[in-house]
Amino acid sequence: MKIITGNDLKSGAVTWWNGAAWSLHVNDAADMGDEAAAVIAAEEAARRVNGAYVIEAEQTADGIRPAHIKERIRALGPTVRLDLSLDPTATPDKVL
Amino acid sequence: MYLYDHYDQAMVDARVAEFRDQTRRRIEGTLSEEKFRPLRLQNGLYLQLHAYMLRVAVPYGTLSGSQMKMLGDIADKYDRGYGHFTTRQNIQYNWIKLEDTPDILADLASVEMHAIQTSGNCIRNISADQYAGATADELIDPRPYAELLRQWSSFHPEFLALPRKFKICVIASDTDRAAMRLHDIGIQIVKNEAGEIGAAFYVGGGMGRTPIIAPLVKAFVPLDELITYSEACLRVYNRYGRRDNKYKARIKILVHELGLEEYSRQVEEEFAHLQTLNIEPPLAELERIKTFFADPAYETGLSDDLDLSNPAFAAWVKNNTAAHKTPGYAIVNISLKPVKVLADGTKEAGIPGDATGEQIRIMADLAKTYSFDELRVTHTQNIVLPHVRKADLFTVWEKLVAAELAEANLDKITDIIACPGLDYCTLANARSIPVAQKIAERMADKAEEIGELKLKISGCINACGHHHAGHIGILGVDRKGLENYQLLLGGCEGADTSLGKIIGPGFDEDGIVGAVEKATQVYLANKEGEERFLDTYRRIGMNPFKEAIYG
Amino acid sequence: MADVQFLFREGEEAVSAPTVALSAFAEDTNATAVVIEPGEDARALIPHLDRLSLVEVTFPAFTDGRGFSSARILREAGYTGELRASGDIGVDMLSHLHRCGFDAIAPNAPLDLAQAETALKVWPQVYQATVVDGRKPIWALRHGL
Ligand code: SF4
Repeated sequence: MKIITGNDLKSGAVTWWNGAAWSLHVNDAADMGDEAAAVIAAEEAARRVNGAYVIEAEQTADGIRPAHIKERIRALGPTVRLDLSLDPTATPDKVL
Repeated sequence: MYLYDHYDQAMVDARVAEFRDQTRRRIEGTLSEEKFRPLRLQNGLYLQLHAYMLRVAVPYGTLSGSQMKMLGDIADKYDRGYGHFTTRQNIQYNWIKLEDTPDILADLASVEMHAIQTSGNCIRNISADQYAGATADELIDPRPYAELLRQWSSFHPEFLALPRKFKICVIASDTDRAAMRLHDIGIQIVKNEAGEIGAAFYVGGGMGRTPIIAPLVKAFVPLDELITYSEACLRVYNRYGRRDNKYKARIKILVHELGLEEYSRQVEEEFAHLQTLNIEPPLAELERIKTFFADPAYETGLSDDLDLSNPAFAAWVKNNTAAHKTPGYAIVNISLKPVKVLADGTKEAGIPGDATGEQIRIMADLAKTYSFDELRVTHTQNIVLPHVRKADLFTVWEKLVAAELAEANLDKITDIIACPGLDYCTLANARSIPVAQKIAERMADKAEEIGELKLKISGCINACGHHHAGHIGILGVDRKGLENYQLLLGGCEGADTSLGKIIGPGFDEDGIVGAVEKATQVYLANKEGEERFLDTYRRIGMNPFKEAIYG
Repeated sequence: MADVQFLFREGEEAVSAPTVALSAFAEDTNATAVVIEPGEDARALIPHLDRLSLVEVTFPAFTDGRGFSSARILREAGYTGELRASGDIGVDMLSHLHRCGFDAIAPNAPLDLAQAETALKVWPQVYQATVVDGRKPIWALRHGL
């Protein structure tokens, strides 16, 4: 699947596009297929997001898993400070 | 310590107002991200992996207790309770909100601090020897020159859109503790044959993709031409530095491509021209700045005796304190590289350079009570209390122990420099911090036996973790989407600066930890006399290490 | 070519003489106005300053700061005619352009006047002597120079 991530303009928080709005949780991310570019352009213009981009991800039993480690870390938090993660079940192994 | 007068304060306040206005325009939509980006960067604000990151300047690494306390308070008030001290002697916060940033800058301005030009293609915060003013081995305190340069470089209208970032370092000791020759301009304050003080300029050093040790461009610039000469160096760079390829845009490439002779000739020409314009502050200004760096009121007649009967204290004194120029005083290094031993005997290493808001305030208090209200940040991501009475060392140590800040590992294999890497940094290829932690945990018991070994880790080729300059360097790379680590040996950032060489194919995370351990075994097996790891490496060369690691 | 939106020359109008490229300027002995691009050497104009009434320094991208040096070099050499910055110019560059000796600004897109006014007033004092802006730096004020 293709999902969109970015940072909230004002707070900087990592956000994921759920199809209608931005969520803090990767598991809310919607598969945007070819519509991603249009959503990014509109949302950046509306200043609701900064630096949005599309990534590959897959739906797993554990939830949505971005294809690249960089976005997995974005989704779950720094592997060295998982006490700060939004996901209480996050472990380094889950990120990797 | 330098104190602002109403001019300095007005400039910093003006900057806060300017950034508040720029931030408002960005949020309201009259300033695009493309246009805002360089403006926020020149105020130290990045958009990082998880949030905005704010890098606060610690000019030439010197701080007062109340400034340090403010850094701790900002960590708690606006961030998540901690900050990260960097190899540029700055501090950065990882979880900053854009909308809070003007207020943070205002809080900083209230203690004469700022985030001006801590990023962007401009002259960055100026770094210096962390022992300046305290060590016996320096010619003179280099910080007044750094302050003079700080003022000159702040908002210099000609040099705010340089080809690339520009880093200046000032030292005044032959023992280079600040990696001076790995800067765009490295300045060493020297004495000439006539006994006059002046500045030697090394131009075009740096790490990154193309590490280069800066060559000497001018052996002696008189003190009343320091700014004029710097301006000449910068103007030639601004005009002719490459702008077609950002990987070739640093001044080191210009100096390299023009050749040292041609670059110095152009600078000399520009220098001769600028000398006619009277752009140099008078020596009286340097004298004014110098008064702020006068020695604190040291007590005289203090004893150098220390009761070292407590072995843990003795180990800390041996490893973490350095000779002070004044009898009865010591320079104290506070390691931000803890390795905790848990109840079951396993080890848990901290994050290099991180400190909690509470720890930062504790260090601020210690500085106030025991170090004439002064601290330093080091490029090795540690903190220094520069002027501590030896009679107070035990008390200071006990307080550091209580705050988990008393790791006795300065310059040991567990005192690792690590950049934020892929845990925080958008540019990273691989994580640095977990590698540092695993190595520290694996090697902690051997650290004392191994002795001085500077290990430095970067998460990508940008080399914020100074991997080129590590006795052992580690560089994170991306191998088909997986983290991979290259091992370098033989780098050094001291007076005998050298660049590390890649030993062979890279490793995964566990592999690199094992390779480091093997390298230390080769050293211990081959070491002669008092040789450090680096000395043995230089004597026996790469091959024995290669055989042990890949054989 | 964009219009001059800001003119800091007292009581004058922007120069309207047609500009020629630097490469054509030496040949064209009638030309009184010239354009210099970022990669061109402003010093090539120094022998001809007398006959120039306008030098336009272009900023194709606001991130390319070579024009700042070009401007100072011309002013340092004694050029007193109109020195115009044109191109990709935002309000936040205005005070820096002014400090480097520009006295006319022709942005690609007109700037918001209120924002420009705020931006031009940001700095109560300055740290450096650029000489060409006529401002006394802080160090001169400190020492009564
Ligand atoms: S070296 Fe690379 S990964 Fe590390 S902080 Fe610098 S840019 Fe980021």
